[in-house]
Amino acid sequence: MRLLIVEDDRDAADYLVKAFREVGHVADHAADGEDGLALALDGQYDVLIVDRMLPKRDGLSVIGALRAKSVETPVLILSALGQVDDRVKGLRAGGDDYLSKPYSFSELLARVEVLARRRSGRGEETVYRVADLELDRLSHRVARGETEIVLQPREFRLLEYLMKHAGQVVTRTMLLENVWDYHFDPQTNVIDVHMSRLRSKIDKGYTRPLLHTVRGAGYVIRDAK
Amino acid sequence: MPSEIVIHRDHDRPAMSALGKLFRTTAFRLSLIYLTVFAIFAALLIGYFSWTTSRLITQQITETIDAEINGLSEVYNQGGIRRLLLIVDARSHRPGSNLYLVTTPAGEGLAGNVGSLPPGILERSTLSEASYRRLDEPDEGERLAYVRVIRLAGGFRLLVGRDLEERERLHEIIFTAARWSIAVVVVLGLLGGFFVTRRVLKRIDAMSGTSRTIMTGDLSGRLPIAGTGDELDRLAESLNTMLERIEALMHGMKEVSDNIAHDLRTPLTRLRNRAEEALRTARTEADYRAALDNVLEESDGLIRTFNALLMIARAESGEVGESMSEFDAAEIVHDVAELYEPLADEKGLSLKVETTGSTPVKGNRELVSQALANLIDNGIKYAAPAYAAPALAPVSDETVPEPPPADEHRGIIVVSAAPAGDRILLSVADNGPGIPDGERAHVVERFVRLEQSRSQPGAGLGLSLAAAVARLHRGELILADNAPGLKVTIALPKA
Repeated sequence: MRLLIVEDDRDAADYLVKAFREVGHVADHAADGEDGLALALDGQYDVLIVDRMLPKRDGLSVIGALRAKSVETPVLILSALGQVDDRVKGLRAGGDDYLSKPYSFSELLARVEVLARRRSGRGEETVYRVADLELDRLSHRVARGETEIVLQPREFRLLEYLMKHAGQVVTRTMLLENVWDYHFDPQTNVIDVHMSRLRSKIDKGYTRPLLHTVRGAGYVIRDAK
Repeated sequence: MPSEIVIHRDHDRPAMSALGKLFRTTAFRLSLIYLTVFAIFAALLIGYFSWTTSRLITQQITETIDAEINGLSEVYNQGGIRRLLLIVDARSHRPGSNLYLVTTPAGEGLAGNVGSLPPGILERSTLSEASYRRLDEPDEGERLAYVRVIRLAGGFRLLVGRDLEERERLHEIIFTAARWSIAVVVVLGLLGGFFVTRRVLKRIDAMSGTSRTIMTGDLSGRLPIAGTGDELDRLAESLNTMLERIEALMHGMKEVSDNIAHDLRTPLTRLRNRAEEALRTARTEADYRAALDNVLEESDGLIRTFNALLMIARAESGEVGESMSEFDAAEIVHDVAELYEPLADEKGLSLKVETTGSTPVKGNRELVSQALANLIDNGIKYAAPAYAAPALAPVSDETVPEPPPADEHRGIIVVSAAPAGDRILLSVADNGPGIPDGERAHVVERFVRLEQSRSQPGAGLGLSLAAAVARLHRGELILADNAPGLKVTIALPKA
């Protein structure tokens, strides 16, 4: 995966470039809005990571210019402004995801990978399958092998989101944002409790578990052979 | 900043005299305009008065002349020319008499007191104004009079006139009075304007003086109020209300930074100590790993606290106004309760939702959800079964509760949404230890945690955030005794 990081803080940018390389991605760096825009228009990137406050040209205007030229590369906005209104503004300007500083690298990585995969056109199928687990988005039926599993509406949406991003790590914040549409910190880790309920419904009694906890990052649903 | 520009402008103009300042005021300019209008009005009034008076006098003169002429023609008709001459002669010599002249048909004077007349007057028969000289006062110079001439039966001509001096004198009196009164109006107007302006200016100066002290940083200053309830008082009152709000906001900001300094310092110190200790004592990779995990956890906690503080500060500053929308409070109650239900269940608590009536609210959905989430989170923390034991709940004397049945020993949290008058009440009630009466107001302050709850995790910001959110929506946070336990209500205005 090729990434462009548009960030004026040298240390933060170096850290990100290095961290992405360590997990096997290629990351370029631009230090201001003008350079960032030029590189983004020029190179073939899978995801752009754009800071909101940049010298020469601010992040939102870079995104606006890209979208005006029909460059549809997914953009993740990084910002020190983490309030509801700022996020809405960022997404309205053409951003695809929004992460406020300070963030953990695992959170950023999970979101970037989901954005990159979204581009490859997955997620429009009506039936999601992971090993022998099957989720039908139209009839809202979930089954593992021959056994039908009864889920609460919220559990269904939780599983649907996990299976849509099967094989990818999704963080607790991503679940809270995408399944509940909440953008605040619920203090206690309520998501973990929901996940353990879901796990008891889909994995309990099977020798091959599908729902895995990724330490320090989040959850992933995959067929671990 | 505009305030600074104003200050500079004032400093750039030290040469402006006090009088110059006075003349430039709106009050003084208004006084001048009023003065001009009044002066013109007075002049018009006096002009009209003098015109009417003069007309009245002229009318009187005409009537006198006509009466005299009629009388004298009667005398002529009955007594002939000699009798007329006798009477005219007699009347002519009375002091202050009218003017008389009787002439032959050829125009020679026979009797009367008129010395000279402009030529042609004797040919006219209408009333006319003419200059004349009296026969008995030949040195006095020409004077003006109204005269009328009639031709008598024998060809004689009779002239009767009346001096106009009286009218001229009256005119003079009126004009003198007019000049004086206008002068008095102008002087009084100027003086009045000056004093009114000075009074207003003095109050305005007092106001700008106060604002200047406020600008230098002393926010406790207030504009003086004269107590007359006039427009300046009303302005001062509005500005004072504004200052109070600003002071409260500044105070809030200061409190936030104080709290950040105070309460972030502890975890920061802990963070630093852990890193230091790891450097000193860690030997194996596992030791370092454990230390770093600790450090990460600690910093996550810091970020969380920091975010909550910022959120409260923002809600209190009323900055989130643009993302207001109308929504159903019951829906939020169901959604948030659903998020926390598994957690409550895991802790052996039961979480119940009760919604009644229609509960529309206009506000920031996200913030209201967050406030409610905080309250439920608190409820779950404090309604834990250990707390629900009756021995711990401080209950007032008259409401000694029945010991609950065995299966209700577990904690219960009731989340509800219901309309009450023009408000919508979102409540979270638990049957935990509650909060003693005296401490309820205190707990809404940031970071306050009661001694007995020190053992529970959490930054203690939940109630403060809920209170800030309620205030932002022009509602309030109400803490009440749930006997036993605590009932926290966010009261929001109905949409």
